[in-house]
Amino acid sequence: MNENYKNTPLGAGGIEERLWSYIDGTSDAGERTVIDRLLQENAEWKAKYHELLEVNSLLQSSELEEPSMRFTKNVMEEIAKVHIAPATKTYINKNIIRGIAFFFITLIVAFLVYGFGQIDWTAKGDTNMPVDLSKVDYSKIFNNTYVNAFMMINVVLGLFLLDRYLANKRKEFQNEA
Amino acid sequence: MSTGQNDNEIISLVLRGDQQAYATLVNRYQNYVFTLSLRFTKNREDAEEVSQDIFIKAYKALADFKGNSKFSTWLYTIVNNTCITFLRKKKLDTHSLDKEGVFEVADSQDSGFRANLVEQKSKVAMVNHAINMLSPDDAEIITLFYKSEQSLEEIAQILGLETNTAKVRLHRARTRLKEKMEKHFSEEVRDIYP
Repeated sequence: MNENYKNTPLGAGGIEERLWSYIDGTSDAGERTVIDRLLQENAEWKAKYHELLEVNSLLQSSELEEPSMRFTKNVMEEIAKVHIAPATKTYINKNIIRGIAFFFITLIVAFLVYGFGQIDWTAKGDTNMPVDLSKVDYSKIFNNTYVNAFMMINVVLGLFLLDRYLANKRKEFQNEA
Repeated sequence: MSTGQNDNEIISLVLRGDQQAYATLVNRYQNYVFTLSLRFTKNREDAEEVSQDIFIKAYKALADFKGNSKFSTWLYTIVNNTCITFLRKKKLDTHSLDKEGVFEVADSQDSGFRANLVEQKSKVAMVNHAINMLSPDDAEIITLFYKSEQSLEEIAQILGLETNTAKVRLHRARTRLKEKMEKHFSEEVRDIYP
């Protein structure tokens, strides 16, 4: 592994990235040993190391900005008007979530049982299909108000999940950009 | 800065009804929160308003702080989210700021700052000014790493990134800072970048 490090291209970007990791203390032991040796033997690495060390020292010495003198007082005056909200876990009851999940699972299972119940498994057709799709009475299934409501809920949930998925994708894209 | 344990003790007091104890936390973190807000807003008035909003939000949500992370890490997550919302409200995204607005403002302020710099003879002031020239994203990650005592893992948590992504982003931010210093303060950094 150590030898591999030695064989990597020594372009300015590569050197800097490895030296920053070395300075930050995030490089592993093998990498540190290699860089220690490079710093002793290679003038280019040594010069770049001292350059980055100086930048690091400058960054550490950068100063924090201070808000106005009245800042704390202003915050405390505003806080006096509000209350701490109860912890999220106290008002999100897991039993309610479990109940909702149970309700939907039951609905799906009931829908499947009802659907399979409509199929005549003993019927034989020309195509050897267990069911003759042309003879299935869809009106019995889709005229039911509850089934329609169930389908509607599923469509809404599907759209909601699609929206979440696209939002996450957009966020990832923005992060990468 | 005090340890996380002391922060947790103060939070317990506040949660038990001692509202005034929260002032200790505000005093302790106001400079950090204000500096981070300023990196986004580039304007002291807005930064002060946003910082105030952040402390009020943190107070209201204090019961949700589990103590699994440092209070500062939790607080900076609120800073990050509030500042991003602020920028969205102002119809300015961080990337457009990166490419246009900030640099133009920074460049126009350069000559005035240079005169001030000659007086101060301060490399620290030069670094602060160069950080202000960066995009909010770059300035934030540099501030979190160097001034807010956050590890790369904690920074990743604050920004909602993988640790390696945070590491790469920090590296890129430092590279861009170096470019800024070389471009705008070539005389001052001559001894650093010969």
